[in-house]
Parts: sequence; structure tokens; C-alpha cells
Amino acid sequence: MALPILLTKGLIILVIFGISLLIATYSTYAERKVAAFLQDRIGPNRAGPWGLLQPIADAGKLFFKEDFIPSQASKWLFILGPSLAMFTALMSSAVIPFGDSIRFAWDNVNYDVNVQGIEINIGVLYIFGVVSLGVYGVMVGGWASNNKFSLLGAIRAASQNISYEIALGLSMIAILMMTGSLSVRQIVNEQATFFEWNVFTQPLGFIIFLTCSFAECNRTPFDLPECETELVGGYHTEYSSMKLGLYLFSEYINMFVSSAFISALYFGGFHYPFMNEVNGALEKSMGAVTGHNLATAIGFLVFFGKILFFIFFFMWVRWTLPRFRYDQLMNLGWKIFIPLSILNVVVTGAGLLYDFKYSSWLIVVVMTVLAVMSQAKAPKQQVVPQRTV
Amino acid sequence: MTEFLAFFKTLTPTGYLFLLLTALTVISAMGVVTARNPIYSVLALIATFFCLSGHYILLNAQFLAAVNIIVYAGAIMVLFLFTIMFLNLRREDEEAKTNLTKIASVIVGGTLMVMLIMIFRAKSSQLPVGSTVGFEPNTGMVENLGHLLYGSYILPFELASVLFLIAMVGAVMLGKREAGDRHF
Amino acid sequence: MLSDFGTLLLFILAAFAFIALVLFGARFLRPDRPNIEKNSTYESGEEPVGNANIQFNIRFYVVALVFVLFDVELVFLFPWATVFGQARLIEATGGRWGWFALTEVILFVVVLALGLAYVWAKGYLDWVKPQPKLPTVETKVPMDLYKQVNERFK
Repeated sequence: MALPILLTKGLIILVIFGISLLIATYSTYAERKVAAFLQDRIGPNRAGPWGLLQPIADAGKLFFKEDFIPSQASKWLFILGPSLAMFTALMSSAVIPFGDSIRFAWDNVNYDVNVQGIEINIGVLYIFGVVSLGVYGVMVGGWASNNKFSLLGAIRAASQNISYEIALGLSMIAILMMTGSLSVRQIVNEQATFFEWNVFTQPLGFIIFLTCSFAECNRTPFDLPECETELVGGYHTEYSSMKLGLYLFSEYINMFVSSAFISALYFGGFHYPFMNEVNGALEKSMGAVTGHNLATAIGFLVFFGKILFFIFFFMWVRWTLPRFRYDQLMNLGWKIFIPLSILNVVVTGAGLLYDFKYSSWLIVVVMTVLAVMSQAKAPKQQVVPQRTV
Repeated sequence: MTEFLAFFKTLTPTGYLFLLLTALTVISAMGVVTARNPIYSVLALIATFFCLSGHYILLNAQFLAAVNIIVYAGAIMVLFLFTIMFLNLRREDEEAKTNLTKIASVIVGGTLMVMLIMIFRAKSSQLPVGSTVGFEPNTGMVENLGHLLYGSYILPFELASVLFLIAMVGAVMLGKREAGDRHF
Repeated sequence: MLSDFGTLLLFILAAFAFIALVLFGARFLRPDRPNIEKNSTYESGEEPVGNANIQFNIRFYVVALVFVLFDVELVFLFPWATVFGQARLIEATGGRWGWFALTEVILFVVVLALGLAYVWAKGYLDWVKPQPKLPTVETKVPMDLYKQVNERFK
């Protein structure tokens, strides 16, 4: 009995890795296409139809490129850095609930297998732990390069990641208070009805979580660790070949995983409106096994639709917003997000005691009013050229 | 030797896992002490924390395992790395140790080892033997911990926050700016 | 039977295997012809000066210290969040449990927020801000012409 279980588990792991890598690969293509669309260009269109083979060509190039290890660098740490980055990126996809469950009929008994790598009841803590380890890949790589740009990039990355981690955790706590469980699957299942999706009950938490995940992925507008106008390539200035490839891949996998967690924690995961009705109809018309599996497949597709939307959103923001200055970034993290998320936890708790789930809206409304008022009061700025003569 | 083999045959898969984890823990802990480059030391320490988390999971203390990784491996080790980067401990061997320090460290370390061995030998017979009868496997779950922490142990919990406050003030004192300090 | 954490172990092993595969695979495919110029540190095309022994602002360190404290706070809040809304406890205490739990955590968080406020007031969260200067241009065009342009495109 041990071997088949091991094999199925191995298969699940391979499938999850395969999905993450495939999505990461094609995100590079999508990023270039989205950038091209937003800038009124065509984008890659030479390799294969619509340039669809471009990512494969890119990967091939990374494999065949010569790899330098700078003579000043510490050799083993230089290799360890990108490996760590990739390792943490791959590990984070383990607890995503991709779908409901697949049903097998065996000797007239139905077995349900969750469409998920592992279902542990500390899933949220697991995510948080992996996120907190994500900084090592960048730090070790940047330090080992023994390059000033790399070191500055590494320090910036570490500082930025730890600053936004707290707000990220506090916004997750607000969700946990409503669910009372640390299991990601249970959090998803709590959002079965449309208006109980956490994005409606926790709008402020959603905004904070979204922004923090941008910062944790080092994506624009928070890409100061690799900001090319100041630091050349940031922490991966000295990297080439597949080691650079690992860094780039880990960034795209992180993007995929954060999109998956945003969809799972705030947008109901594999749930969609009228899901119970659809599932009931399917199971009635096609039998408990086929119908259930078909319903799971629909949920899986819905979940991937949400994930792809958020990946697109990441790209949309990247090609729309300019980069923050370092002091703006730190101010946003420490002076705005941390106090706001603490307030969010307190207000959510008080609301829950009165059986009112939507209390987080209170902060949003007050903040919006304050913002509009301060905008109205602020003096209009006008740049007038001055004469020196 | 045969006893040793017989002992190995009685082990369950969990037992093998435990032995493997223990070996890894000891090796990486040795690495922390013996590594010349401080950054290798820190990385070995992170590996040690990982192995310890594995032990916690074997004991079904899942929350403790996660917290060990989040706080020790994720936060405190970042601080250590920062310190190393600040101090620029890049050269492998910072200062040559004199013979006197070497002799002194051998004496101190040896005494400590002898003391520890003596204590283990004297007290190992008095150790309580674990039994599976009264063992509650769910003790380490988050909910049970929450009940205890926010019910019976509320005062230590609140005092911990005061401790954090003091630590934060201490951090500010440490980072006090001197006149003429440069900004980056 | 393989528990979920056993699967996690498999995950870790598979990730190691994948990374090793990629790194070694690339090693056999790529050319390897290093020379001194290629292996020197990149410094925008200039001759590299010294190594990366740069000094940092101490503020990075203070931020990391404060982060450790807040991280521990978060870890305390995780178990609290799981027991806070438990219907069984609320019923057993006649609804008092919720208020009790909320009050104790508010106390806890407020003390920590005081710490944050202290660090804030002491200026350790202020980073160096660039002071933008309005560019001044030497020009023969009279100022009121500029004003007219500004008025027209208001």
C-alpha cells in the first residue's frame, strides 16, 4: 500500500511544480506582451505563432550562456543564493488548494482526494514562514557577489521585505479571526457565498495584503532592490546563465503564488456564485463520480481564471506606476500600513462581537473621506520657471 | 555491534527519520561552531533551526515548529546577517589567535564537556521515562495553545508586551545617532 | 501511511532535486572559458575599486530589531485569532469571552504600538528625503509670457 501512495504523492508534487514552472515561463512571455500592448508596440512575435515559443528560446539561452563566478565572490554562497531563492519559491506552492477534490470509485466506495499538495492545519503559518525565508536568497546572493551594487540591493531587499511582512501578517490575522482556523482550505470553504468573500468583508485587509505582496515579490512599484537607474541590476548584477535564470524564475513563481494566495484568501478560491446549484445539477445528471469531478474541474478553471487575472494585474501595475523612492517606501510600510492593519484587527474584532462582519468598511470610508478632504485643502502646485538673471 | 543492529531493526520509519534528523542537527550545529566565515555560521544555524522544527513536527507540536521557523530562522537570523554585513566580517580569518587564548579555550571547553558528561551520567537514571498512556497527541495544536495562553496564562502574556516595549526602547538606544554620522 | 508532513518532506527533496538538476544541466551545456576581465567585479565598466566593504546607515539595523519584536507579536496573535471567535467558548462564558479576549489583545497591541510610536517620535522611521530644487533657467523670454501659457493650459 505504501508504494501507490508514494507514487500518487510524487505525481501531485510533479504536477504542482510543473504548473508553477509553466505559469512562470509563460508569465515572462505575457509580461512582454502586456508591456507591448500598454506601450503600443507588438512585442515578441518571431518564435512560433504569435511568438509563443519565445519563453522556450529564452530558457534555452539561459542554459547555453557562459557562467561567470567573479573572482572576488565567495563561490559556494554565490551558488547558494539563487538556489535558496528558487527553493523558497517552489516550497510556497505546496499549500495552495487548487480545487475541491477528485473522486475515485473503488469497490463501490467513493474516495475523495483533495486537489492540493498538502493540507496541514497550520497552512497560513506555513505561508508566513516561507515568505519570511524568502529574503535569504536575495541577501546571500547579494552579499556573496562582493559587488557594491549587489550588496546595496540585498540590504534594500531585506529591509523592504521585513518591513512589509508585518503588515502582511496582520492583514492575515484579520481573516483568521473570522475563520478561526489556520488551514487555507478551510478559509476558502468559509467563503462559499459570494458576499462573504473576504474581499467584501475585509476590503482594507485586501488592499494591504495586495500591496504587501507586491513588495514581497520585489515588483514595481517596489522594485528598489533591482532598480536599474540606481543599482544597475541590484542583487543579481553579477549573475549570468542559469543562476540568473533561477532568480528570474523565482520572481515569477512568487508572483504566481501570491496571486494564488490573494485569490484563495480574498476571492473565494475555487468558489464562484451559484456553485452549489451547478454542482448539484452536475451530480444529479452525470452521477456522483463524474459529476463531482466535472464540478471540481470547473472550480479549478475558475481558480486559475482568478490567478491569471491577478498575474495580469501585477503586470498592469508594473507598466503603469513609477517606482517609489526609498523613504516613501519605508514610510508607507511603517507609518501607514502597520498602524492601519493594527486598527483593522481591532475594528474587525469589535465588529465580530456585534455579529457584524463588514466593520472593516468603516475604516475604508473614514480614510476615503479624510483623503478627499486633505486633497481639497492642499494647495494646488504649479511649476513656474524662474529667471535667474 | 549485534545489539546495535538489533536496535536498528526494531525502529519504525519515524525512528529512522528521528535518527536522520538528529544526525543532521548535530552536524549543522557543529558547523555553526567550526565555520570560519561568519556567514557560513549563520547559514548552518538556520539549518539547525530547520532540523529542530523537524523534531517539533515529529512530536506533533506544529505551531512550535512554524514559530521556530518564522521567528528564529526568519527574523532573528536576518538580524544576524545584517550585523555581519554591518561589521564587514568578510575576511575568513579576522585575527590570529595567540597560543594563550587557544590553551585557555581548550581548558574552558574541556571543563564544560567533563561537567556535562558527569551530569548526564549521574542524572540519566533519574530521568522520567516517557509513556504513551497519558499522552495527549493534540497538545501542540494551535487551538489548545490559544486556550492556555489566553485563559490561564494571561498575565505572562501581557507582561511579554511590556518586555517588547522595553526591547524597542533598547533598540532605539542602540541605534542612537552620534554627531557627524553619515547617511547612506 | 504518509502524513501531510511526510509529503512536505517529499516536496523539499523534490525541490532540491529540481534545483540540482537545473544547475548541473546548465553546467554540461554551457561553455566555460573564464579570463581575468570576465571574472572581475562589475563597476559600470570602470576598474573595480576595493571590495564591497560599504558602511550602512544604522537605521537598517534598528528597523530589523523592531521587526523582530513585531514578528514575535504576530506569532502571539496567530493562536489568539483561532480562539477569539470560537462559538463554544463564547457560549460557555455567556458571551463574555469575546470581550475578554479582545480587551487583552488590545492591551497587548497598544503597548507595542506605544513602542512603535516611540521609535517614530525619535525619528528612526524617517529616511533621508531628497530635497527637490525648482530648476531655474536662464532665459530671455519675459515671465508674463510663461504666465499666459500657464493660464491657457490650466
